[in-house]
Amino acid sequence: MAIIRDGMPPFDLYQPTSVEDALSLADRLGSDAWMLAGGLDSLERFKDRLKRPKAVIDLGRIDELRGVRQEGVDLVIGSMTTLTEVSLHPEIRARFALLAEAAGQVASPQIRNQGTLGGNISQDTRCWYYRDGWNCYRAGGGTCYAGESPEGQNREHAIFGVEGCAAVSPSDTAPALVALEARLVIKKAGGRREIAAEDFFIGPENDITRLNVLGPGELLTEIRLPATWAGATFYFEKVRDRPVWDFPLVNIAAAMQLSEDRIDRARFVLGAVAALPWRLPRVEAAVAGNLRNAVADSASRLAAEGAVPLAHNGYKVALARNLVKRAILGKKEA
Amino acid sequence: MPQNDTLFTPKLTGCNYTTPDQRAKLTGTARYAEDFRAEGMLICKLLTSPLPHAKVKHLDISAALAMPGVRAILTADELPQPADSASDSGAMIKASPWSERALTMEPHYQGEPIVAVAATDEAAATAALEAIDITFEPLPFVIDPLDSLRPGGPNARTNGNVWLPPGKPGEQPCIGELKWTATDFETAGRERLPMGKTAAEWSYGDVVTGLSQAALVLDETFVTPNVSHQALETRSTLAWWENGKLHLTVGTQGTIQTVPAIAKWLNMSVDDIVLISEYTGGAFGGKITASVAVIIPALLAKKAQAPVMLRVSRADEQSIGRARPSLIGRMQAGFSKEGRLLGLDLFVIMDNGPYEQQGDAATAGRMGSLLYQPKAMRWRGTAVLTNTPTRGPQTAPGGLQVSAMLGPILAKAARRLNLDPLAVCRINAPEGRAPVGPPKADGSLNAATSAFVKEALDRGAETFGWQARRARPALTKGSVRRGIGVATGCFVAGTIGFDGLFVITPEGRLRLHTGIGNLGNESFSDVQRVVADAMDVPWEVCEIAWGNTAKPMPWSCVSGGSQTIHAMSRAALAASLDARQKLKEIAAKTLGGKAEDYNIGDQRVFRNDSSQAGISFAEAAGRAIKLGGVYDGHECPADVNKMTKTSVAALAGQGLVAVARDNFPRDGQTYSHVASFAEVEVDIETGMYRIVDFHAEADAGLMVHPRAFAGQLAGRSMLGIGHATMQKWFYDNQHGAPLSKRFYQTRPPTVLCFPEKFTWGSVGIPDPQTPVGARGIGEPPTGAACAAVLCALTDALGDDKFFRAPVMVDAILAASEPGTRALPGGLSANV
Repeated sequence: MAIIRDGMPPFDLYQPTSVEDALSLADRLGSDAWMLAGGLDSLERFKDRLKRPKAVIDLGRIDELRGVRQEGVDLVIGSMTTLTEVSLHPEIRARFALLAEAAGQVASPQIRNQGTLGGNISQDTRCWYYRDGWNCYRAGGGTCYAGESPEGQNREHAIFGVEGCAAVSPSDTAPALVALEARLVIKKAGGRREIAAEDFFIGPENDITRLNVLGPGELLTEIRLPATWAGATFYFEKVRDRPVWDFPLVNIAAAMQLSEDRIDRARFVLGAVAALPWRLPRVEAAVAGNLRNAVADSASRLAAEGAVPLAHNGYKVALARNLVKRAILGKKEA
Repeated sequence: MPQNDTLFTPKLTGCNYTTPDQRAKLTGTARYAEDFRAEGMLICKLLTSPLPHAKVKHLDISAALAMPGVRAILTADELPQPADSASDSGAMIKASPWSERALTMEPHYQGEPIVAVAATDEAAATAALEAIDITFEPLPFVIDPLDSLRPGGPNARTNGNVWLPPGKPGEQPCIGELKWTATDFETAGRERLPMGKTAAEWSYGDVVTGLSQAALVLDETFVTPNVSHQALETRSTLAWWENGKLHLTVGTQGTIQTVPAIAKWLNMSVDDIVLISEYTGGAFGGKITASVAVIIPALLAKKAQAPVMLRVSRADEQSIGRARPSLIGRMQAGFSKEGRLLGLDLFVIMDNGPYEQQGDAATAGRMGSLLYQPKAMRWRGTAVLTNTPTRGPQTAPGGLQVSAMLGPILAKAARRLNLDPLAVCRINAPEGRAPVGPPKADGSLNAATSAFVKEALDRGAETFGWQARRARPALTKGSVRRGIGVATGCFVAGTIGFDGLFVITPEGRLRLHTGIGNLGNESFSDVQRVVADAMDVPWEVCEIAWGNTAKPMPWSCVSGGSQTIHAMSRAALAASLDARQKLKEIAAKTLGGKAEDYNIGDQRVFRNDSSQAGISFAEAAGRAIKLGGVYDGHECPADVNKMTKTSVAALAGQGLVAVARDNFPRDGQTYSHVASFAEVEVDIETGMYRIVDFHAEADAGLMVHPRAFAGQLAGRSMLGIGHATMQKWFYDNQHGAPLSKRFYQTRPPTVLCFPEKFTWGSVGIPDPQTPVGARGIGEPPTGAACAAVLCALTDALGDDKFFRAPVMVDAILAASEPGTRALPGGLSANV
């Protein structure tokens, strides 16, 4: 039979107004259901007929999933809060400017108005083979066309953690949340769990078919920012081919606690270099206790340690090093 | 000076105004092709090829036909054979056996339509496509033109891999086989385009001597991108049959000219087609006469006996929506110590796609000869077939590519010769009646009607502050490098010989009929300002009838090739002169005396010696109806197009019918030019760069509508900037599959990609070879902008860094590493 990749199949649309109802629906509908946030990732996949849920649970009418509030020491962001709201929120800008900056760099103003923080970190990879329906490892097949095929086109693919699949996480906000040690609240009917952002994302060595731990019936409800990094020195930079409406070729989110120019503690996370936000623990260890200027060169050389570039993405190695150096120095133009 | 200039005094022409389509566009009431609805309308969807080249081995549509909601299915064997056609002069044009069909059983690229289904809704149509039982026999394919030219390389079509010129005069070009030798490839090495046998060539002067006498000879290879047109409106089409006539709503660049194109594709009479196209949501050459896909809903509508909407999705548009072909160029250019181009040997390979031969390669030679005025020049070129989407002319086809290839060479020559790049542009710029290749049969060259490029460079340089910027010390601000670039662009900017048509109604209004497509550049309306001026009437008494062939239309040019402002302002003036003469004759018949005793003004025709003695336009229109004959359209000039004659017959009796063919003289070929200036700041650590300042200075004659002119300069500059910075295809050559299909992958520039500062100007010297003085401006900004940005990047980072456009992050980073010249993907455009 013919393979058609253009035309959204029909589905039953549910529009609950509470988390409880959404979870109840998800529980009842099981694997037939698809949770829809802003729709910018999902609707493309539906239209390509690569995801064909029988039912779609639209989260857009659940007010409790939107907004930003203080709860104890945590700043809590509803998963359906739009990227525009995140980027402009005064409390986020004042205390967690890293996230505001990252959210403000996503795609285009129109997409940020529709896209949500929860959706941005839960989105699937944009590997052009996988998104186009090629039967690769991630799609359940037996090869990686980008990484293993002799003429594979991989300029936008991974340099780290290529365990079979060379796809990357395309999120701008995910590295920021990992750097900020955010915690994510995941609910399902009759249950709730809270995990570190770092544990939310998974690489191909753990599960080659998905980028995060969300399972059927589960709903990401909150992103909680602890006070740990509030008001720290931040650095976010996104490198892309088009100045707007583009995914990162590489991005970096860094949080540093400084005493004058000495780095007491820091977290560095690269995006779009692996299937998950890629922390740089060796860089973090190298800079701790050192002056920024003194350590920038040596620490940046550690940034690409372990990188295995593919035929067309060797430039990402240089980018990783340069971005780490710029983050340490805190200068967009080093 | 033009002989008719005293009859045309620009008053409204040259001023801004509110175009008649603006309100509808701003309020959302404008109806594009897909906005139309018809009772019982079916939706059509396309089954397209998953393979780059194959034969359909087995096709069974029975299960699909039995699905709920499915009303009709169309296959390739149901398409009519395209008809032969005739040129305006009556010469027979044989239907090409090589041409693209609307559906095919031998797809030549991934995404080519094979079967079309019409169903009651889109979901039913798509589900039916999935139920079609189809299998393919894969055939050899090739994506990279150089792979096809290798010894034993694959052919994109079963009978060849290149377009060959006609065997003898009068014959058509044909497809054949051309392979280069292994030695050709070995001699060139990895970084240079091999120079094997080509399908075509021409030359003038002595290139060998020109190169040998040069103080500096550069030998450069450069690759320009394949770029999908990506007009915002896809080519959706609604078709229905009514009383034996086919009605279509389409997007097109030429309303009247699309009718015979469709008639040819459907092998039917033009008299049985009604075409509606009031608004077209952008087109860059890919909708010049709509496209062959429009016959699909027409045939399905007949089969299903119901209106059918072919809803072309963005994915479909990426496949069938036309693309600019990549050129791989090798240029040997010899310069005098003053920077004058003494000899140019231009060798180009074009990625033609699988179907009709594109003109980009040949036009690159022509535009190169005009733009850089080499004292001697040789052009060689071959259109190589590949299994990639059908190409079509896109804004400055060939003109953009030659600017991108040669603009940076002039800048490099300037650096090598220790000259100002602006001076090298200037010394090589066309001037006045500049010669243009290729040579004619007698060996002489054609000439441009006029060129004021030196003036554009001078004015642009002053506005941009070129010398002050050049005098600055190099920017050493951390990782940022600054560069400036100047380049020129040109393209054809006018044709002649079309018809003007309007009616002065008994109410005294002017109803201006036009067959120009309305694709957003406003020329369909702008050219009519000439009528208002020539008739000395306020714009408010003019109304435009456009966008529907049920409203009679004159034979008009397509709004492509930047010809409209030139061609149709002439036609408008011709019709105005006809109207003026008829008005005077009517006045003379009514009030006595001779026609030359009368003049026109204030919506009246009156005696020269007594302005009180006269009649209004309204009265004259009434008299025209009574007089009949030529005055009210019952008789028509013999020299207008046959479709104009049909329209005049339809208008007969409605008032004073003004109709005339543009017979104004023109000596030479009409071209416009732009000089562009760019400043970039490049961050060598991230590979990202910003265009911090940009100026475009036009040489396009008299401006008819400044706001539209500026829009064209800005928009088409952005198109060129897109080609320089980010817009291209990516292909998996092993599988013959396109990988960049979406806007976020092909990266057309957006409004937020604009240079941080953008200014423009116009030399504004009227073209002496056209009575209105106006030339087109749509195309030349594209090449100038692309080349100016490429020159600025090289100025920032040094020579010999870039061999391919667009220059993206990875290329900048490779260029920033000392001594590296990365070549992943060789000379392929699609990596």
